Amino acid sequence: MVDFWFFIEVLVGGLLSGAMYSLVALGFVLIYKASSVFNFAQGAMVFFAVLSFVGFMELGLPFWAALPVAVGLMILVGMATERFVLRPLVSQSEDTLLMATIGLAFVIEGVAQIVWGVDVRRLDLGIRDEPIGWLADSAGVLVSQLDITAGVVAGIMVAALALLFSRTKVGRGLRAVADDHTAALSIGIPLKHIWMLVWATAGVVALVAGMLWGARSGVQFALVWVALKALPVLIIGGFTSVPGVIVAGLIVGASEKIAEVYIGPYFGGGIEGWAPYMLAVLFLLIRPEGLFGEKIIRRV
Amino acid sequence: MFYREAGQFRTSYAADSQLLPLRQDRVGMAIILLLAVAVVPFVANDYWLSAILIPWLILALVATGQNILMGYAGQLSLGSAGFMAVGAFACYNLILRIDGIPFLLALFLSGICAALVGIVFGLPSLRIRGLYLAVATLASQFFIVWALDKFGWFKNYDPAGVITAQPIIMFGHNFASPREKYWVVLLIVAALTLAAKNMARGSTGRAWMAVRDMDVAAEVMGLSLLRTKLQAFAISSFYCGVGGALFAFAYLQTVEPSAFTIDLSFRILFMVIIGGLGTILGSFLGAGFILLMPVFLNVFFHKAFGKAVDATITSALEQVIFGVLIIVFLIFEPLGFARLWQLTKERLRLWPFRH
Repeated sequence: MVDFWFFIEVLVGGLLSGAMYSLVALGFVLIYKASSVFNFAQGAMVFFAVLSFVGFMELGLPFWAALPVAVGLMILVGMATERFVLRPLVSQSEDTLLMATIGLAFVIEGVAQIVWGVDVRRLDLGIRDEPIGWLADSAGVLVSQLDITAGVVAGIMVAALALLFSRTKVGRGLRAVADDHTAALSIGIPLKHIWMLVWATAGVVALVAGMLWGARSGVQFALVWVALKALPVLIIGGFTSVPGVIVAGLIVGASEKIAEVYIGPYFGGGIEGWAPYMLAVLFLLIRPEGLFGEKIIRRV
Repeated sequence: MFYREAGQFRTSYAADSQLLPLRQDRVGMAIILLLAVAVVPFVANDYWLSAILIPWLILALVATGQNILMGYAGQLSLGSAGFMAVGAFACYNLILRIDGIPFLLALFLSGICAALVGIVFGLPSLRIRGLYLAVATLASQFFIVWALDKFGWFKNYDPAGVITAQPIIMFGHNFASPREKYWVVLLIVAALTLAAKNMARGSTGRAWMAVRDMDVAAEVMGLSLLRTKLQAFAISSFYCGVGGALFAFAYLQTVEPSAFTIDLSFRILFMVIIGGLGTILGSFLGAGFILLMPVFLNVFFHKAFGKAVDATITSALEQVIFGVLIIVFLIFEPLGFARLWQLTKERLRLWPFRH
């Protein structure tokens, strides 16, 4: 019975950390859905966002003042990206845009370190990263409060974004732009506004993800690599599906932890780094468009 | 004026299909090679040889490999440093475990090892393309570095987790000094570059480019996608593997698996973009640029600000400049330095007149 509860504990821990991955992956999906850009800089944006947030607090701003300032900053960053990187590269191939966002990631990471320095900072959200007492006592399952919060936040954001995409006029515009931006432009959808909006939203999503990750592991450069955790999530969920991201995040989180605990010891551990990628690759071989992705039919 | 091809006629198939059809190019290439072999090693001091020229040649070789895969065959890969690691560790183990194996053979075999690994990780390319593939290649990067780190056998159970490259011994002579190492690297890089150039312009290269431009159409025309794509992965990884082995043996000497990070992969990617996608010359120009850029910036900062600026700031600034350059190149000159050189040649052809 102990084994069973231990398994549940690993599973729940994995599922909840998967929710954190989903949160990061959400920013990717948002941008990909609206502009077919695979934004490699999302991780850098997460890092920059939360670092700025902590930076503002260090400058003396209280929590509730630093938050809107950081949000404003991320909106600016998003708009600047659209203006100076994306717009000149419009209608280039996806690969070119991917490479541009790798360049963008370098810029954002560099700027963040120049402005805020390279020290590791603590971020206290008032949510303790400790197991919840009554759950640990009654069932013996250790679940962190922070993880639960992350899960709830991820769920809310996914729901909000899914509603935005499917129910609002802006959302329809977004999907139209993603489908064919020339056609969208010709029927009067304000392309530039839509893109700016998307990048700004992605910036805000990055801030939220960064705050939760920062509270867990400290605000440091390693947050950049969080984005790499989100890539397998993205692949499995399909690049264009908001709900897919949450499902895939749970799958990746759970399988990663289970693999680490049950398979890892045979290889000496540390397989968390690549196990999700292997899973993603295997997944792609069976279903190349991902779990919820759109099937792309190519004609000659 | 200086670059006139008027009067140079190609009157036979052989003349038409030669590597450098223009006399100027032939003479220029001969001069460059002569300089590289006979003048440079005696003019340059040890610092230039071992810290600039050797890594430049090696990285140019790796960039050529990456360019074959990305520029010619159109398969975006973010895992080239992983294949370099395979080459480096394969070469170390081959020399360690096989008594009296000639260095060149070990180098070749380590390239083959990397190629085999490349084929395995290239398999997903048959089912997926574009962005999905780019992410899938990251799997190879993480897996290879992890495996080399975790399994002590690869490192001969070294307690510090590093390997020390054996001396390069060929024909009973130990190539130990920077100058001798430079010659070895130059020989290998020149030979492999020639091979790459030949592959790129022949039927092999045409098949790659057909797959790059539209793989479905290429398949309809009777090209085997399986063969072409895996061939591109294999050859690209071979180049990366040989480059990685040289990186370990002629440049770093002491190597740990974490030297081959994803950061190195990105740098190689940048070399290809800035140098010029789908050109061999571009790989060399790009590698030179990406390698020299930090050196230049360091000197510049040192001159401009003295010791006042923190090293972390300069490295962050360097990162920003890299990123900006990538974006600027993608926007204004997506074909990179190689294209700039081509434009210069066209100018020179008419110089001093504009039209």
